[in-house]
Amino acid sequence: MAILEVKNLKKNFGELEVLKGIDFSLEKGDVMAVIGSSGNGKTTLLRCINFLETPNEGEIIVNGETLFDASQKNSASESDIRKKRLHFGLVFQNFNLFPQYTVLGNVMLAKELLEKENPDYKKNKKQIKAEIEAEARELLAEVGLSDKLDFYPHQLSGGQQQRVAIARALALKPDILCFDEPTSALDPELTGEVLKVIKSLADSNMTMIVVTHEMSFARDVANKIIFMDEGKILEEGSPEEIFENPKHERVREFIGGIGAI
Amino acid sequence: MFGNLNLLMAISIDWAQVNEVLSSLNEGFFKSLEIFALTLLGAIPLGFIIAFGSMSNIGIIRWFNKMMVWVIRGTPLMLQLIIIYYGPGIILNNNWWGSGAAGRFIAAMIAFILNYACYFSEIYRGGIEGIPKGQYEAGEVLGMTKSQIFFKVVLLQVIKRIIPPMGNEVITLVKDTSLVRVIAVYELMWNGQDFIKSEGIIWPMFFTGIYYLLFSGLLTIFLGWLEKKMDYFKV
Repeated sequence: MAILEVKNLKKNFGELEVLKGIDFSLEKGDVMAVIGSSGNGKTTLLRCINFLETPNEGEIIVNGETLFDASQKNSASESDIRKKRLHFGLVFQNFNLFPQYTVLGNVMLAKELLEKENPDYKKNKKQIKAEIEAEARELLAEVGLSDKLDFYPHQLSGGQQQRVAIARALALKPDILCFDEPTSALDPELTGEVLKVIKSLADSNMTMIVVTHEMSFARDVANKIIFMDEGKILEEGSPEEIFENPKHERVREFIGGIGAI
Repeated sequence: MFGNLNLLMAISIDWAQVNEVLSSLNEGFFKSLEIFALTLLGAIPLGFIIAFGSMSNIGIIRWFNKMMVWVIRGTPLMLQLIIIYYGPGIILNNNWWGSGAAGRFIAAMIAFILNYACYFSEIYRGGIEGIPKGQYEAGEVLGMTKSQIFFKVVLLQVIKRIIPPMGNEVITLVKDTSLVRVIAVYELMWNGQDFIKSEGIIWPMFFTGIYYLLFSGLLTIFLGWLEKKMDYFKV
């Protein structure tokens, strides 16, 4: 069974149709790269999947459970949406770390707040906190930041901040982790350290959707690529198909223009 | 030789008078301090309510709050004091405040709290609207509720941003307390000026200035300390 199915997703901003019917599905462990030039709906697609925007049409199904269906006019409560959200994680282009928390605090905060709503929390407060902290430390070790636990975001480089953001998203154990141009705000020399982390997640079978302009990364790490053009998927396929044998002239131009091959 | 001695005697200090002045100024100062503290106590939270009101999605609430801020910020505090104190008695034929000092003080406090809350609300609004959207979105995708995002993520960043402009207002308030004299609440400056009429001496006014200077000096030090305390993160 597919871990994620997106069916006929449409989104308008007023008159402007940004997504004109997007369909795709992912299996567990898939890494899908979303490529295409700016302004073609890539970021809006991620934002819809993460419930930051409400699609006008379409369905989002995770593990067979319909999380969103535009045809059902149900007024989902805030807590419902929150629960649904937790199937997904999102890493932003400009990190959006919480400046007043340390690296460790950034990774722990959301999980702690979630646990606090548990009726048992008060009884086992110490133990639960210790568990959350141990997990956070482990995640930060995985992204190579064990020596920065007590640093504040402004004391870190962009690449380090983005790695904290990845650990923060992982702390809630999402089924699918989404990246919105995760290296676009970084110097070229810092890009590599972030891509390395994403690659290691791919190797550990994490399901991911990565909106990216890093063509060599898309080719090497993704097993599935969609090319978006004017709010539609113009072409989709394996990296070989897209990079070596694109069907559309538009895709060929884009890849050639970027000069990645 | 004797002439010099006479001159010395003439400027010799009248300690009884100094005592009288100081005790009067102290009394006035405590009244000023009371106005200062109660104004902050009332206006800091009320400002939040007005700030949220003027950011409300409900048109009539937003409009009402914005109008109030416009009127209060657009007219002198002294005018507001006069209208709030004399208004009910003259317009409604019903003096809510009674005739005593206690009533005058309450009227003064209402005018001050309302006035300062309106100024604070605009500072809060600027602080809240200045927080990047990404902070809210990061909280949302991490499954936080709206109130968790506000209290755990946004609020401290807002506080850090508003300390400098709030500091300005607080220093202004120290001196604005002298306005209550217009409805005969006897504060520091009133008491100082009283000696011009009663004893023909001006030096108590200089002393009055020293009280204001010392107090605003202490506040400046405190505000500097607070800013430093928030220096551990950047927004």
